[in-house]
Amino acid sequence: MAEVEGALFREHVAMTEQRVSYTLDSTLETVDSAEQAACRFATEAGFADDEVMQISMAVREAAVNAVLHGNAYDPGKKVKLEFETNSRDLVITICDQGKGLDLGKIPDPLAPENLLKTSGRGIFLIRSFMDEVQIRPSQTGTEIKLVKHVPGSSGTGKEASQ
Amino acid sequence: MSMKTSTRLVDGVAIVDCSGRITLGEGSVILRDTVRELLSKGQKKILLNLGDVTYIDSSGIGELVSAFTTVRNQGGELKLLNLTKKVHDLLQITKLYTVFDVKDDEAAAVKAYK
Repeated sequence: MAEVEGALFREHVAMTEQRVSYTLDSTLETVDSAEQAACRFATEAGFADDEVMQISMAVREAAVNAVLHGNAYDPGKKVKLEFETNSRDLVITICDQGKGLDLGKIPDPLAPENLLKTSGRGIFLIRSFMDEVQIRPSQTGTEIKLVKHVPGSSGTGKEASQ
Repeated sequence: MSMKTSTRLVDGVAIVDCSGRITLGEGSVILRDTVRELLSKGQKKILLNLGDVTYIDSSGIGELVSAFTTVRNQGGELKLLNLTKKVHDLLQITKLYTVFDVKDDEAAAVKAYK
């Protein structure tokens, strides 16, 4: 039974899967471009307006982390952005070439003593808006993987372009 | 798409009509400069009208917090007016909605300054 399901799933993925990746400079323009691309992919994947906004904001915040905190605007360092859509999920991966992120050192922005801080809400917003968030060291820096489940998750209404 | 502000004075309160995006970079800087300029002129009653703000990111939220504390530290008051649903929701999930004094009626907001 598992084999049958697996075979069907693979076939379906093959029909609808799309993967696009970008290599971007460590600039503010990259942050805007990442947000706009996320908006486009999320819309194409069939998400509602509210969810499109959430996804594009999560990607924007992840891109801000990569450009500012990871690569520190270093012109020699790049940000890799990848969008993968299949019938179940929109998966977005953002990699930087920075020193790495110590999650243990990120204070809880909702703690009373942190409420009036002027920064430190990016990761919190990302986690609030996405279904799954994985942050881990990569070979070159930090990788953030964001997953949002496609509404209905049956892939209906979407046609493969190729 | 970028952030714009224009300021008008109503009964001693500086109402800053903001429009566009308050995001990392230009949008946040414009808001910061506008508030600083008002404070430098001695204007300490500031009402930020966010009715035409289409988008705000974590940097923009940080800038609102910064404006709020900067004005308060100088003995003034900064209130927010006309939040869109997006901005309202963001302030809710970041638990800042109760930190700010949020108004939805301009006349009442102006009267609320001491």
